[in-house]
Amino acid sequence: MQRFTQLFIEMDRTKRTSEKVAAMERYFREVPSEDAAWALYFLSGRKLKRLVPSGILHDAIAQITSLPEWIISESYQSVGDFAETLALLFPQSRSEPATITLSQLVSDRMLRLRSIAASKNQRALILQTWNDLDSTQRLVFNKLITSNFRVGVTQTLVIRALAVVADVTPAIMAHRFAGTWEPTADSYARLMTGGDRGDSAGPSIGDLAQPYPFYLAHPLMQPPEDLGTVNDWQIEWKYDGLRAQLIHREQSTLIWSRGDELISGAFPEIAEAAADLPPNTVLDGEIIAWEDDRPLPFALLQRRINRKQVEAALWTDVPVAFIAFDVLEENGNDLREQPLVDRRRKLDELLSQLPPNASIKPAPLLSARTWSDLSQHRLASREHSVEGVMLKRLSSTYGVGRKRGDWWKWKIDPYTVDAVLIYAQGGSGRRSGLFTDYTFGVWDRPDESQGNGGDGRELVPVAKAYSGLTDDEIRQVDRFIRRNTIEKRGPVRIVKPELVFELAFEAIQPSNRHKAGLAIRFPRMNRWRTDKKPEDADTLETLQALLRSTMRENREER
Amino acid sequence: MPELIQQTERGLYCEAGDFHIDPWQPVDRAVITHAHSDHARWGSRAYLAAAGGIEVLRSRLGPDAAIQGIPFNESIGMNDVRVSLHPAGHILGSAQVRVEYQGEVWGISGDYKLQTDPTCDAFEPVACHTFITESTFGLPIYRWKGPEEVFDEMNEWWRENQERRRTSIIYAYALGKAQRILASIDASIGPIIVHGAIARFLGAYEAARIKLPPTHPADPELVKSTRGTALVIAPPSAVNSPWLRKFGRQSSAYASGWMQVRGNRRRANVDRGFVLSDHVDWDGLLSTIRATGAHTIGVTHGYTDQVARYLNEHGINARIYHTRFSDRGEEALEPDESEINHTDTEDTEKNKELDS
Ligand SMILES: [Zn+2]
Ligand SMILES: [Zn+2]
Repeated sequence: MQRFTQLFIEMDRTKRTSEKVAAMERYFREVPSEDAAWALYFLSGRKLKRLVPSGILHDAIAQITSLPEWIISESYQSVGDFAETLALLFPQSRSEPATITLSQLVSDRMLRLRSIAASKNQRALILQTWNDLDSTQRLVFNKLITSNFRVGVTQTLVIRALAVVADVTPAIMAHRFAGTWEPTADSYARLMTGGDRGDSAGPSIGDLAQPYPFYLAHPLMQPPEDLGTVNDWQIEWKYDGLRAQLIHREQSTLIWSRGDELISGAFPEIAEAAADLPPNTVLDGEIIAWEDDRPLPFALLQRRINRKQVEAALWTDVPVAFIAFDVLEENGNDLREQPLVDRRRKLDELLSQLPPNASIKPAPLLSARTWSDLSQHRLASREHSVEGVMLKRLSSTYGVGRKRGDWWKWKIDPYTVDAVLIYAQGGSGRRSGLFTDYTFGVWDRPDESQGNGGDGRELVPVAKAYSGLTDDEIRQVDRFIRRNTIEKRGPVRIVKPELVFELAFEAIQPSNRHKAGLAIRFPRMNRWRTDKKPEDADTLETLQALLRSTMRENREER
Repeated sequence: MPELIQQTERGLYCEAGDFHIDPWQPVDRAVITHAHSDHARWGSRAYLAAAGGIEVLRSRLGPDAAIQGIPFNESIGMNDVRVSLHPAGHILGSAQVRVEYQGEVWGISGDYKLQTDPTCDAFEPVACHTFITESTFGLPIYRWKGPEEVFDEMNEWWRENQERRRTSIIYAYALGKAQRILASIDASIGPIIVHGAIARFLGAYEAARIKLPPTHPADPELVKSTRGTALVIAPPSAVNSPWLRKFGRQSSAYASGWMQVRGNRRRANVDRGFVLSDHVDWDGLLSTIRATGAHTIGVTHGYTDQVARYLNEHGINARIYHTRFSDRGEEALEPDESEINHTDTEDTEKNKELDS
């Protein structure tokens, strides 16, 4: 427990991922397997649930401190974490802490709590354990028994540390770790050695766990008519989700993001649904927050991303689906050289074996007999809560990277807002030496002075944008900034609010991280509105209304 | 007959002596407990303060303020009222105010702590009938470790940072806390750089003969040559400011009683939190109340409701005195929302939104 608490402290004292991983490596190298197994259990976000009712913990702390119930609650209000509140309230003990290993703590204290029936005895065991630990150990113990142990690492990072200790690649470790895994010394030893599964026999298991390279679509800039006849193309919606590859093997199901992050842990219901697929199936698709057969805003999905393990509440709160649009491997056969039209047929066959409400669904196909049919679909994108349409050549193989010509995304025109340039910062690379990174603001309220200006309105920052201007325009704006700097704050110039730009953006979402209370996604400068005065720029109200309407669009049924 | 000390719009007022204590608006006569800005306000006609605190007070009130200093434990008359000042142990020159009139005694604590602090006189309890106490940390979760232990941790942190070639940045309130750290840290570890907001008070400490180690301003040459070894002491307002960038790779820490709660440290976005407070903790608050022998307790400045309720439930007559200032005192964290950095969630490519 001392060593595990030490690990907790080390990870708690740094925000650097590399240091957290290094701390875990040291830990796993030093401790016996039975402790390492439990440490891995907790670090990877697994929890021992319902060990003791929180009422018992309340009683125990009230008993030992003689504090009234209400001040314990007030303390909790101000700390915001029950485990920590208990640790802070416990009287400072003078005695030396007992030596208890992590695995002993789990078996002799935590699991025993669950088996004791009488609450009086549970309370006694809690008090005894608190007494046996020092103050940080108490905090860690409290976090473990209240299922609230967090050290800010994803499962991917834990796997990375384990992989270094076992001297294998992260993909191999991810594969060993996937599937059923018990927090026992044996099980941990198998993680370290690969057990008798034999990583090196046949095609390496490391490869089997690895995603295929994702094929990416290009934005369509030319008129679609240039693509030839519409009959050569498969048409799908362009969803605003998380591109992912699902690898279903005999032992395990892994989901990889395009950033090569293993994200299976964040989407357990998708991994579960995959169990009904035949082993050695690999699907390509988009994970989307999904309800009643339509997408929910991306912001909701974001809450699920980067989480090691998902609380049950979130499952129903943010339902997700894997919208599959391609199959890369079937029965262990690599299908990528086959034409899309065949792959799609196989995909439909595979998915027809799943129950209708499964979290894995085929991407709907849109039919278009003419290019203008396609345009109609695209114009209906917003009603379907999608970003546009995808065009995929029916005869195309599954390419690598960004090979041009076979996959296109044709997005709808984004939203726009007229905003005022308020801050500027220098660019980098080709644009260094010029002010190219701009922050834009909109007015906090409408102009009530009937165009006389100066009624004390303020510009609230709403977006940062770098792209969209021609080199010539950039130079002009740069010159303006140099002549109209009001104040310098480090690298940032506060600029006289005079230039108005039309910003285009893809989406808008609520955000309490920003002063404006909302955040604009993928803003870019559409054009320089030299015809507009700063007073003519939009107000926050406009954006708020837009935000409300998009939220309504997406959650109408609720 | 009105009470000896009343709560008014301008602060605590003694009618019999016609003076205010720590008024927040200009008055004729102000008795000042200490130089923090929520206690010492500019603009009154005449000030009375502890002699040892005059220099720091002047740096706050300006050169023209009429300040009279009296030694601790010596009383002066104001009309028929006897007024004396007693060490509060909070910062240099901080005082409690004792007011006596026709046999009735009131004690007003100002801010105070019981822990040792080499930069000020140690707290002395004042026997009184009515005691008005601060309650900044008036919850049982706030119980301080000994300062020796905290400074050992701080020294160790500084050494570790040096091993990793990181500059150590510590945020501390500019008047009091920063100097307490200077006086207590092991200055032999490396060079110490102080922010201008802290340096401006150092002259007053020198005048009061408080021994502080040599420090340097952050001039570019020195900053360059001490990267990875120096300790930089900066006020909380410098958190995430461009000023900090010049120190290169760094580890940051915050020294405050609020660091007792981990969420506060996380919100302050620092690597380490040192629980170091210039205010009394829960146990100290209760023991001080007993030591004064007071039959009535006034609670101000902090967790007033909670402390008053607790005292009343435990047979001590208590009531609340409101202040105009935030309940969190000068140790208040000011985490501007833009300073809260979500470092644990790695940004996806989808996250290219305004990151101000
Ligand atoms: Zn103070
Ligand atoms: Zn104060």
